Amino acid sequence: MSLSGAWYLGLAAVVFSIGAIGLLVRRNVLIMFMCIELMLNAANLTFVTFARMLGDIGGQAIVFFVLVVAAAEVVVGLGIVVTNYRRRSTTVADDLNSLKG
Amino acid sequence: MLLAAVAAVATATTSTRPAWPDILVFAASAAVILIGALGVVTSRNPVHAALSLVMTLFGVAVLFIEQEADFLAAVQIIVYAGAIVVLFLFVIMFLGVDRQEDIEVEPLTGQRPLAFILSAITLAGVLAMAATAHWVTGAHQVVGPIQGHITDAASPSGEPAQLGKQLFTTYLFAFEATAALLVIAVVGAVVLARRPPVPTDAAGERAESELTA
Repeated sequence: MSLSGAWYLGLAAVVFSIGAIGLLVRRNVLIMFMCIELMLNAANLTFVTFARMLGDIGGQAIVFFVLVVAAAEVVVGLGIVVTNYRRRSTTVADDLNSLKG
Repeated sequence: MLLAAVAAVATATTSTRPAWPDILVFAASAAVILIGALGVVTSRNPVHAALSLVMTLFGVAVLFIEQEADFLAAVQIIVYAGAIVVLFLFVIMFLGVDRQEDIEVEPLTGQRPLAFILSAITLAGVLAMAATAHWVTGAHQVVGPIQGHITDAASPSGEPAQLGKQLFTTYLFAFEATAALLVIAVVGAVVLARRPPVPTDAAGERAESELTA
């Protein structure tokens, strides 16, 4: 008998909050990306926990799709970071202020 | 307060006492996950943040195994730790931004307290929901059952087989859509990474030499 699902859900909520704080506070675009990965992982952990609690394989199938979407998101996001670095030589979000009046 | 809320939920929903190895595994991997997550947020060097992210991903993979999602644990290691984090490290090294970053200064006044307050509200909301609501509502096993471990070697009915069967039946359309998404992402990455052609008088020659280079 594994631990109650509530422990896993609580842990996932804490990890999600840490990722949200990092996304809001950090200024480096790469680290902001990593914080998004943290939040996605917390969501994955929640899905797997509910799959076990409900005895339903559907939760695990969703995790599979989340993994694929995360991979695609990272590829395109890092492509944008590289392109932007070529033009402006920075990965700091605060320096991208050319639209500022 | 936080631990007390989780403990209250746990005692309310646990019918049988979990075995101590399960508690040990959960505690160890929870510590690994939380240390890694805090490392991602607080490290000044992006390389250290990426390595902390690997730590968190390993912890989550262990919890996947603990919850009988063995295939997803393997995919988590291969795709996340093996591909995504390596991609992060590659970009960090490629751009040469692996420098120390000053995180002491707060560029936007009052942003950090606000971020902490908002995240605390989110966390408190989720935990309050966990403590009060009955999580598991509705019908069990809408899509299909998780059939524990392989009982008969000739006809595998383990969790990967179940997952594969569901992916190619119930979730076939979503599966094909992810294929299209991956193709779009690859094409987008190539287009983004391509250098813009340099406009010169001898445009033809330059463009050709750049294409072959």
